[in-house]
Amino acid sequence: MIEIEGVRKSFGALDVLRGVDLGVAKGEVVSVIGGSGSGKSTLLTCINGLEPIQAGRIAVDGTEVHARGTDLNRLRRKVGIVFQQWNAFPHLTVLENVTLAPRKVLGLSRAEAEAEAIRQLTHVGLADKLSVYPSRLSGGQQQRMAIARALAMQPSVMLFDEVTSALDPQLVGEVLDTLKLLASEGMTMICVTHEMAFARDVSHRVAFFHQGVIAEIGPPEQIFGAPANPETRKFLSNVR
Amino acid sequence: MLGTALTLNDLLFLGRGALVTIAVTVIAVLGGTLLGVAFGVLRAHANRWLLLPLVFLLDVFRSVPLLIQLILGNAFQAVAGWGWSPFATSCVILSLYTSAYATEIVRGAIEAVPQTTRRAARSLGLTWRQDMASIVFPMGLRVALPSWIGLTLGVMKDSALVLWLGIIELLRASQILITRLQEPLFILTVAGAIYFALSFPIARLGARLERRWREDD
Amino acid sequence: MFEYTFQWRQAFRALPQMLEGALVTLQVAVLSMAMGVAIAVLLALMRNSSSPWLRAPATAWVEVARNTPALFQIYMAHFGLAGLGLYLDPFTALLAGITFNNAGYLCETFRGALRAIPGTQARAGRSLGMGAAQAFRLIVMPQMFRISFPPLTNQMVWAILMTSLGVTVGLATDLTGVTQDLNSRTFRTFELFALAAVLYYLIAKAVAGGARLLAWRLFRY
Repeated sequence: MIEIEGVRKSFGALDVLRGVDLGVAKGEVVSVIGGSGSGKSTLLTCINGLEPIQAGRIAVDGTEVHARGTDLNRLRRKVGIVFQQWNAFPHLTVLENVTLAPRKVLGLSRAEAEAEAIRQLTHVGLADKLSVYPSRLSGGQQQRMAIARALAMQPSVMLFDEVTSALDPQLVGEVLDTLKLLASEGMTMICVTHEMAFARDVSHRVAFFHQGVIAEIGPPEQIFGAPANPETRKFLSNVR
Repeated sequence: MLGTALTLNDLLFLGRGALVTIAVTVIAVLGGTLLGVAFGVLRAHANRWLLLPLVFLLDVFRSVPLLIQLILGNAFQAVAGWGWSPFATSCVILSLYTSAYATEIVRGAIEAVPQTTRRAARSLGLTWRQDMASIVFPMGLRVALPSWIGLTLGVMKDSALVLWLGIIELLRASQILITRLQEPLFILTVAGAIYFALSFPIARLGARLERRWREDD
Repeated sequence: MFEYTFQWRQAFRALPQMLEGALVTLQVAVLSMAMGVAIAVLLALMRNSSSPWLRAPATAWVEVARNTPALFQIYMAHFGLAGLGLYLDPFTALLAGITFNNAGYLCETFRGALRAIPGTQARAGRSLGMGAAQAFRLIVMPQMFRISFPPLTNQMVWAILMTSLGVTVGLATDLTGVTQDLNSRTFRTFELFALAAVLYYLIAKAVAGGARLLAWRLFRY
């Protein structure tokens, strides 16, 4: 589903990704862990074409992301992404936030879009907040709305960029539950996260990012139980 | 080359008009600022209800076109038999008009000084006067200066309206030249360039000051 | 002191005509704001673009509009353009001048508002598959107008007051023009213009109050 080969990216003189290789199969859940500044978030914004790359290739479901003729707007309908800051559209209600893109990008009618939106919002547990403005919601609720907003586009892949890092601790659980639900339904997911318990319980594989490359990747039992790479061990010992 | 009938004398005529513009502006800004400081200090400290008539009057100055105010002011002094020159009338009206805006700037600047700071000063034994002079004035000046520069430039541009009372400021001077030389576009462009040259550098200076002081915070 | 007898009755008899003039005043103000806003959005986008060919003319417009008197801009529209062979009648010249002025000031207002909107908003829209223009229209622009609402209201009041300048280029149909016309016939300068001042004050307050109501209704989030 997702092929990442030899990707290099830098911001000016700063090398952020130094040769990343990763393949994600359909229905697979991959968690990405690692220290701040190791390049994890940048990788996600490269996958949906928000950021250019200097070398290598990224393909999603057969489409080359950074090829010259690629229609990025079309690509982004297939790749859903949720950021750390939920970026709710403040001037729209929860329902309008979720129906906006389906109506304006996919061309759905208002009725069709609202039906799908209500389905997704119920899915994430916000069915009773449809006509509320985001400013009235908690961070956790806004983040769940952002997830529903991305899901309403019927993506084949969901990318999650530290979606619980900006939340108060008591709100983290509700968002992680939503992610677990999605994983159990077979969504292909890449989750950049600091929540180790979540990574261990939900992922098929866990990738450890270190200094711009994937230093080690394997099933949770390996990464958390018997990591081969000394850097992995050092990171995990600091985190526990 | 371009073939204009504009002579050096004509340029000097325009220059004299520009001087009149500057003169009116300077007088109005001085008068308006002094009044504005007085009113602003009053508004920031005195009881709201007591000042209602003053507040209303200043609000009127901001909600009625300046041209109307000039005509009214002129008509009033004529009716009252005071016999003021158009220049004097213009300066008085413009000063009052300026003071209405200056009051808001001063009040805003005083209120921008944190109450806690002022209370600390008074607790040290400073009198109200000393508090105003050593604490409020320096701190308030930073807040007020960019807005005050904007107000000054605004008054300079508004001063063009005094042509209605017959005063030959820059715009009227250019109009007189146009009537004689019939080159409206060229003459107006020259006048516009003079206005621009008077305004733009000061506006940039104000913006730079504002940026520098904001970064200092 | 006053050897002059105030003839208020005569002034009040002119009220219907002056109210008609007030209508023309509002017409000019509303039209100049509508056009000014549209042009200002364009200018703001041009000033923020990466191409100097777009930035330069927009910057020129804004700097001329803000550093020269509004009266000068109206004179340019009426007398200046006539020199090029393009005659604008007083109404059109006034409208053009005020629109030019509005567009210049509002461009800066909009740019300030755009600076206050995080880039992540547009990015979220792009991530959902929207094109750049779509993301701007649906997500950024509504928020820009929301932030700009108070300055927009001020500019509207400003525009109403600026229409009084039409009389200097010969406009006789707006409130000031009508008043001056009556004045030249009856010489009741003080009474007539005092009445006009009251009318302007009421209109200005009505617009400001109406705007506050509109804001309360529109921006309930």
